[in-house]
Amino acid sequence: MRKSTASEPQFRAASDQSLLVYLGEEIALENHRRVLKLLRLLQAEPIDGVRNLHPAYSSLLIKFDPLRLDHDKLQSRLVPYLSRLDREPLPAPREVEIPVFYGGEFGPDLSDVAKMHGMTGAQVIELHSSATYVVYFLGFAPGFAYLGGLPEALASRRLETPRAKVPQGSVGIGGNQTGVYPFSTPGGWRLIGRTPVAMFRRTANPMSLLQIGDQVCFRAISEKEFVEFGGR
Amino acid sequence: MSTLLVEAPGLFTTVQDLGRDGFGPMGVSASGAADAVSLRIGNRLVGNPEGAAALEMTLVGGAFTFERAAVIAATGADFGPSLDGVAMPMWTSIEIREGETVRFGHSRSGARAYLCVQGGIAVEPFLGSASTHVLSGLGGFEGRALRKGDRVEVGAANSLFRKSALSPKALESLEPRKVIRVTDGPQSDWFAESSRKTLCGNAFRTSEQSNRMGIRLEGPPIPLEASREMITEGVSLGAIQVPPSGQPIILFVEQQTTGGYPKIANVISADLHSLGQLRPRDEIRFERIEMSEARALLIQQEALLASKELIQE
Repeated sequence: MRKSTASEPQFRAASDQSLLVYLGEEIALENHRRVLKLLRLLQAEPIDGVRNLHPAYSSLLIKFDPLRLDHDKLQSRLVPYLSRLDREPLPAPREVEIPVFYGGEFGPDLSDVAKMHGMTGAQVIELHSSATYVVYFLGFAPGFAYLGGLPEALASRRLETPRAKVPQGSVGIGGNQTGVYPFSTPGGWRLIGRTPVAMFRRTANPMSLLQIGDQVCFRAISEKEFVEFGGR
Repeated sequence: MSTLLVEAPGLFTTVQDLGRDGFGPMGVSASGAADAVSLRIGNRLVGNPEGAAALEMTLVGGAFTFERAAVIAATGADFGPSLDGVAMPMWTSIEIREGETVRFGHSRSGARAYLCVQGGIAVEPFLGSASTHVLSGLGGFEGRALRKGDRVEVGAANSLFRKSALSPKALESLEPRKVIRVTDGPQSDWFAESSRKTLCGNAFRTSEQSNRMGIRLEGPPIPLEASREMITEGVSLGAIQVPPSGQPIILFVEQQTTGGYPKIANVISADLHSLGQLRPRDEIRFERIEMSEARALLIQQEALLASKELIQE
């Protein structure tokens, strides 16, 4: 069983070619920072035979070449990396602003979210666009950022029946999470707006607008600005 | 540069190679051939590097006309391929002349057939790979499945034609399995002993809603012992996750990179290619093995794939 002390990483074999490293047991900024530090160290000084890294809230999945490494070997090679986490500095986070046209046809669930919390649509927009969010990790789909920091007053249960197709750029709230759909995918979050900005562009560097560790805020824009940004 | 004209696309035909590893931090999964073993063998038969890009067909194959002479091989599931109307052998390199058409029919067994061409299918790589990632519309041929009238480029051929075929013995030992071997998943101990027995003691049917992202299974429900809060974490290829419905889903090549359902088990690396040959309504079973055994099976499979005896000239 995993223990709860944050200072003691826990390991679990996920498959015959991957190892999960747990750096905490809950969604917390401190755990996120440890995940980010380990990710950065492993990117800067890669371990031979490691093929991929999947960061998440408080863990990192490490995929390896099973012909060159096994779980025990990898675990022992991780020890010096893990022992550096406490003193490893993190650079100041990048700050990214995402313009959003809230409500209307782009945010079909805005009024439901407002009703759910006894607010007006304008209050929801005000609250959502005044908070600062942290990108805990990118996961699920290319460029999809898991953001922490949604004001508790906006937490909204997911739709009973997920939409088969959520338009690209939609901004939604699901539970205590908020985020932007980089691609048109199925989704169960409540949609409150849409950004005209592409979240993932293969011609951009980096391709994903948001990176793990970024600080994000949303800015309400008018329909005119939405069109000026190239939104459709 | 030669081109291949798509006369008929088939049900779902995409460009695939061995995928792109290393982009998990961007949320981009590896993708790649659903039956990597068949792709690798096909490439060897036509003298390509193992990981060259080829066409992956699903359940119903397409028809392709070659504008110039080429060397090809059909591997994977038997879709009854023919060359200008004459039945064409599989798992063998075949020289074709300018203007000839290779046509695939319906699957006779298995789900995915590969058309490998000497020189490989040439598309602009995305993050180092030619593989199509359908959900995001990235990679492959314009990020999508092929359509009638598409012209797909073939890379320059670099070797002389030497007729070769897969050895019958190798074909037999690489035959897709219907009993899929698994190791424990990271949350195996969240399930009661009886749940784990349900997984390994019963047959499951693959649902029609399965695709390259996930293989949905229908069978006796697998209950979680107690409801525990799962924090979204990285997920592995072949992970068997159990949502609240109790109907398991195997995460496949175009998988999500992270997920929030507990994983009861994980398909071993040596059996991943068998998953790529599962058709809707196929019946499979699971057998639990130890990690050391999974490793030994993979080493054995890789030794066979690297051996001289694999291919006969």
